[in-house]
Amino acid sequence: MTKIADTLRDAVADIPDGAQIMIGGFGGSGAPIELIHALIDRYRATGSPANVTVINNNAGNGATGIAAMIKAGMVTKMICSFPRSSNAEAFNTKYLAGEIDLELVPQGTLAERIRAAGAGIPAFYTPTSFGTDLAKGKHTAEFDGKMYVRERWLKADFALLKAHKGDHVGNLTYRLAGRNFNPLMAMAADHSIAQVTDLGPPGSIHPEHVITPGIFIDTMVEVPNPKQEEELVREGVVY
Amino acid sequence: MADFNVMEDKLTNAQIAWRAAQDLADGSYVNLGIGFPEMIAKFQPEGREVTYHTENGVLGFGKAPAEGEEDWDLINAGKRAITLNAGASFFHHADSFSMVRGGHLDLAVLGAYQVGQNGDLANWSVGAKGVPAVGGAMDLVHGAKNVAVVTDHVTKKGAPKLLEACTLPLTGIACVTRVYTSLAVIDIRDGQFVLCEKLPQISMDQLQSVTGARLHVDGVVDDLIVPETL
Repeated sequence: MTKIADTLRDAVADIPDGAQIMIGGFGGSGAPIELIHALIDRYRATGSPANVTVINNNAGNGATGIAAMIKAGMVTKMICSFPRSSNAEAFNTKYLAGEIDLELVPQGTLAERIRAAGAGIPAFYTPTSFGTDLAKGKHTAEFDGKMYVRERWLKADFALLKAHKGDHVGNLTYRLAGRNFNPLMAMAADHSIAQVTDLGPPGSIHPEHVITPGIFIDTMVEVPNPKQEEELVREGVVY
Repeated sequence: MADFNVMEDKLTNAQIAWRAAQDLADGSYVNLGIGFPEMIAKFQPEGREVTYHTENGVLGFGKAPAEGEEDWDLINAGKRAITLNAGASFFHHADSFSMVRGGHLDLAVLGAYQVGQNGDLANWSVGAKGVPAVGGAMDLVHGAKNVAVVTDHVTKKGAPKLLEACTLPLTGIACVTRVYTSLAVIDIRDGQFVLCEKLPQISMDQLQSVTGARLHVDGVVDDLIVPETL
C-alpha cells in the first residue's frame, strides 16, 4: 500500500462537502498552497467540496491560498486566532456581510486544542483567556490558587500540510519556521495529506531527524519548487 | 515645571523602548510583542546576551535581513522576515506556547490600550464593530516571569491609559508587572501603581493628573533619563 498520490488532484479527491479541514502554515510560512489550489480547482469544476470549515492561524492573505478558497465561496466557517491580517480583504468582506462564521481562538489555545485532539485528550485547563470575553460561557476551575479555563480538543476530518522532506512511509521534516501548526494538525485530523517538496526513498530521512513520524500521515504528493504565499501576495497574484 | 506639555514633551516610542531595553537581563529569554515592543531589541545594551522567542516557533532569532535577502519561510509572529543567530532552534506551535504558559520565558513585553492598577491589561480589542482578532496576546500575558507594557502615558486625545480599572475588553487579569510610559516607569505591586521613575521635568501633581489611578511612592522616585537623540 502506498501513501503517495500521483497528482495533487488525486490527493484531495476524497474531501467531501461540509468537511472540517485543518490547513498548516502561519502566514505564508508552511502553507500548502498547491494542495489548497487543487481543492479550489475541484470546487470550481464540480461544486464540491462546499460548505467547508477551515482551521488555520489566519483567515487568508491576498488572493491565493485560503483567501482564494474564501473568495470562491466554498468556506462557511473559519476557526482561527488572527483573521485581521494586512491583506485579509477576502475574509473581511464575507465576514462583515454575514456570509462566513468565525470562531476566534487565542493562538496558544488553538495550538493546544489541536495537539490535545491528536493526543486523545478531550479537554484541558489553560490560564489563557480567563476573565476575558473569549472565556464567556466556558467552565473554569481553580488549581493551586490560580484560575483556569477549560478548553475542548479540536479535531478535523482532513489536514492539508506542507513538508520539506518526506520518505515513503510518511516521515516528514519542515523547512525553517514552516513547521508551526503542521506537525500538530498531522496528528489531529482523521486523514492527513502532505505536499512534500522533496520526496525521497526509504531511509532518506535519518530517524533522529524525523519531525512528524509517518504514522500521522495518510497521503503525500510531491510538489518540487512550491510557491510561497508571501511572494504571491507581493506579486499581486490572484488565483 | 508648570510648563511641561504632556502631549509634546513626552518621550518618543524609541525613547520608551530604549528605557525598557536597559532592563533586559543578561541570559534572559524574551518575547517582544508585534509592533512597538519589537523596537526594544534595537536598544539591547552591549555585553548582554538575550534570546528572543517568537510565537510561530523560533528561539534565537536576530535582525531583519537586508531587503531582497528575505526568505519568507523564516518569519516572526508579525510575519516579518528574520535571520537566525547561532544557537537558534525551531519547534512547533504547541511547544512554542508551552514556553510561554509553562513559565519558561523571563520577560514578555506588550503594547496596551489600557492598564488597570491591579495589573489587568486591555490590548486586543477596542470593542468596536469589525473583524475581531486576538493572536497570541491572551497567551503571552500568562506564564512569563515578568510581563511588561510599553505605552504612551495617555491616549492621543489625552485621556489616561493607566486606570483604576480597564473599561475596554480585557486581554488578561492581574498580569502586568511593570509599565514603561512616555512619562514614567511604574511597577504594579499589591494592586497598586508604584512610581519608580518619572521625567524630571514633570511635577508629581501633573503626573498624577494624567494618571487614572493613585500613584503610590515607595522610597525614592528616580529621574527617568533617556538619550535625547533617538
